[in-house]
Order: sequence, then structure tokens, then C-alpha cells
Amino acid sequence: MIWLNAVVQGLLLGGLYAIFACGLSLMFGVMRLVNLAHGDLSVLGAYAAYVLVEHLGGNPLWTFAAIVPLAALVGYVLQRLLLDRALAAGELSPLLVTFGLSIIIQNLLQQGFGANDQALNIGTFGYSSWEITPNLYLGQFEVLVFGTAVAVLVGLQLFLSRTRQGRLLRATADNPRAAALSGVDTKRARATATALALSTVAIAGLFLAMRTSFTPTAGSDDLIFAFEAVIIGGLGSLWGTLLGGLVLGVAQTIGSQINPADGILAGHLVFLAVLALRPRGLLAPRGAMA
Amino acid sequence: MSLLELEGVTAYYDHLQALSELSLELPEGETLAVIGANGAGKSTLLALVSGELRPTRGRVLFQGRDITSHPPHRRVSDGIALVPEGRHLFESLTVEENLLVGAASRRKGHFDLGAVYELFPFVRERRRNRAGQLSGGEQQAVAIGRALMANPVLLLLDEVSLGLAPVVVRDLYVALRRIVEEGTTLLLVEQDLTQALEIADQVLCLLEGTVVLRAEPSLLDEATVTAAYFGRSRATSPAAGAPGPSGE
Repeated sequence: MIWLNAVVQGLLLGGLYAIFACGLSLMFGVMRLVNLAHGDLSVLGAYAAYVLVEHLGGNPLWTFAAIVPLAALVGYVLQRLLLDRALAAGELSPLLVTFGLSIIIQNLLQQGFGANDQALNIGTFGYSSWEITPNLYLGQFEVLVFGTAVAVLVGLQLFLSRTRQGRLLRATADNPRAAALSGVDTKRARATATALALSTVAIAGLFLAMRTSFTPTAGSDDLIFAFEAVIIGGLGSLWGTLLGGLVLGVAQTIGSQINPADGILAGHLVFLAVLALRPRGLLAPRGAMA
Repeated sequence: MSLLELEGVTAYYDHLQALSELSLELPEGETLAVIGANGAGKSTLLALVSGELRPTRGRVLFQGRDITSHPPHRRVSDGIALVPEGRHLFESLTVEENLLVGAASRRKGHFDLGAVYELFPFVRERRRNRAGQLSGGEQQAVAIGRALMANPVLLLLDEVSLGLAPVVVRDLYVALRRIVEEGTTLLLVEQDLTQALEIADQVLCLLEGTVVLRAEPSLLDEATVTAAYFGRSRATSPAAGAPGPSGE
């Protein structure tokens, strides 16, 4: 029973990793851009929510309505003004530019808020749970996170595979030159992808901040989990990212069950095992954005 | 009024002057074949019209409007579509999705999925396949169909016959004739002189970035074409041989 509990808690945790990783996966899938500021942008979202709650009050849950659209806007502008230029300048430039962005965000946050822990306190909802059996509890907040993660990833996948706009994004990912020659405004397509990616980054950032405390430098620590989820699942595949997040979450909780200090380590070991045995990931995509 | 006008365009490609002071007029409904040896500037000419390359001097006019600064996707909205050399299909997308992306500009006109499938019936059978799984000839048909989905006034074709079997090329040109009958203006770059001379109303030969010959195909004999193709000095040398089949 404790193992069943570990698996269930792992799946719930994995949902959080999946939604945190999906923006990274989307930007890589559409633009071959590895966003090293991914984690810091999520922390930035958390601080923005913190400021809103400080000034306006209420349960931090309402800030989703403000922060997610704001993040989309930031993503659109960031792509048009900065990342597009970086992409045009060669393969290494986006790495350097997003690394620089990461450092800038961390230092600005340190400057503005100090290095202390902050938290978004969602009250009793944060620790209320449903008892399934005496040994198996489902945290209400964890279930909300998991449900949101699955909904967002399935929604994104359906958007990409079924809608006109999604098709234009996939075409841009597959062959940007041919997309432009077919009449696709590829700059707009890339900016849309980044806007979507940063919306998911904001959702994940707020969830992470509600689950535990955060600091200005928390983003780069969290980034490793996003990378692991993306790599375990397979680069450029959103289904893969969902699976990768779940595998990572389960590996960590089972590891913790074996020895409470070894949860994170178990996640890393599973990640390394996948890299060694299936370097293209569990669900290697057939195309640029499967 | 000409549909397409190039006014004294000079363009560089990889720091080399590919076209110098080139002027060109193309009336609506006419088919113009551009021929010339490798490096003569044929693909550069198409890139100027499709918007992938901007001239360092000169202007590009389409339907009387200056479109020199329009990027490629805007030129598709203007009514210019290019079938690029090497086809460049979206290999991870299905055949039908490839065609639908071609309609990204939402230009109205004769061509939709049904019209393209009517033109290339075998493409309809393959519509659920990924584009990467198709044969070369099928891929070329999809590439042409994708460009037609934008309902272009001017269709640009870069080396349609490259790497394809003669029988496949013949079928493609049958389809191109039907596209011309729909009123589409064609500007094509071809290595296959037989097909190019057969379909074209006018032939234009480029040599080292300038126009050395423009004439109706029926008025041309092989010696004239060869002379223009290689430049006069080399045309007298039998060692020059026939134009090679390789790409740009």
C-alpha cells in the first residue's frame, strides 16, 4: 500500500513537472531554442503574483487570471524583440541570450525582494485532502495541479494537431523557409509559440510558489527537473513531456520511499538510465512537433 | 500594364554580384521560362520576386505596386507563390496539411483542396500520408499544389523537373498547362530545355547576371540558345557540350 501511495503521489508531483517542462518542450519543438531562462521566468511570475497579493489581497489563486495573460504578452514581446534576433544570429546566440536573461532576472529579483524565501499562501486548500483509504490521501491542491497539467498539455497538443494556427506553427517548426514561402508570417508564429510557452511557465511558476517557498534563484534549481522531464519523454514531443514529467515524479517519490534523502537522486538516475538506453527519449517524435 | 516588373535590379548572393541592373517585364497570363547555366542568376531572380532576397538597387513592381520591401509571406498575400527547388515540403505534416498550410494567406480563388486533388488525383489518395513518405514526383505535385492553394496570380517554379524521371516530368507539365489555362502567369526556371521551350511564351536566357536573350521559343534554334547559354566565345567550342543537369 505504501508503494501504491508513492506511485500516486509521484504521478501528482509528475503533473507539476510536466506543466513546468512543457513550455521548454514547446519552444524547443517550434524553434530549436533552448530557453535557459525558463525557470527564472517562472519565478518571475511567482514574484509578480506575490506583489499583486501584497497590494490587492485575497487568495493567491486569483492571480492566475492576471499573471497568465501577462506572461503571454511578455512572451510575445520577448520573442519579437530579443529571441528572434538571437535565433537569426546563429545556434549559440539563443543559449547565451537566455543565459544572460536568467542572470538579469535573478539579480533584479534579489535587488527588489532580497534573498529571503517568499511564499504564496493559499490557506487551508494547500493542505486539505481526500481520504481514499487509510493509507492513501489525495491532496486537493495536488489534484488541482495534476488536472490543470493534463488539461494544459492535452489542450496544447490538440491545438497543435487540430487547429489552423497550430498547423501553421508545426509548419514553421518543420521548415521555416517553406512556411514563409507558403504565406505564413513565421515571426508571428514563433511569437505565438513563445506566448503560449510563457503562459504555461507562469502557471507552473505559480503552482510551484503555492506548493513551497521560493527565492530569486529557485528558477535555475527547478530548471533541471524541466530538462529531465523533456529529455525522458523525448525532445519536441508534448505527449513525451507529459510522460517524462510523470516518470520523473514517480521515480522521485519511490526513491524517497526507499530512503527519504534519495528522492531527487532517484529522479536523476532514471534520467541517466533513459539517456543511456533510449537517448531519443521514451516517445521520440516522428517529426518536428509530433 | 505588366503584371511583374523588375526595374534595374542589382542583387548579391553570398557577397557575389548575382544580377546586375536587370530589367524585366512580364505581362499577365504569359509564361516565361528563364534558362541559363549554373550561377547565371536564375535562382537569384526568383528569390527577388518571391521576396527571399532584396535587391541592393532597383525595384520590384507587382500589379503596378512597389513590393520591393514586402517579405515572402506578404508576397504570397500579394499573389505570388514559389515552388522552391528541392520541394521543401513539411515532412512531418500530412500531405493534406501541407496543402492547407499553402492556404495560410486566405486568398480566394479557383484553387482549394478539391481543385488540387482534381488536378493531381494521386495526391488525394496519399492525403493522409506524411509528406516525407512520398516519391519525388508525388512530392513535387504536392509542392505545386501547396503553392496553388494560395491562389497566386503569378506562380514561380524553380527547377520542377530536377531529379525526376522524364515520364513524371511530362505529367507535371500537363498539369502546369492546365494551371496556365486557369489564367495563372508562370515564371519558371528550368534546366530541362525541352519542357521549358515547349510551355513558354517567352524564353529569357541569363548569363552572368544579365539578360543575353529574350525571344519566343518558336523563333529560336539550338545554336542561338547554345550561344546565349554559354556566351558567344564558348559557343563555338564543341567541348562546351549540352547544359548539365545539376542544380544551382
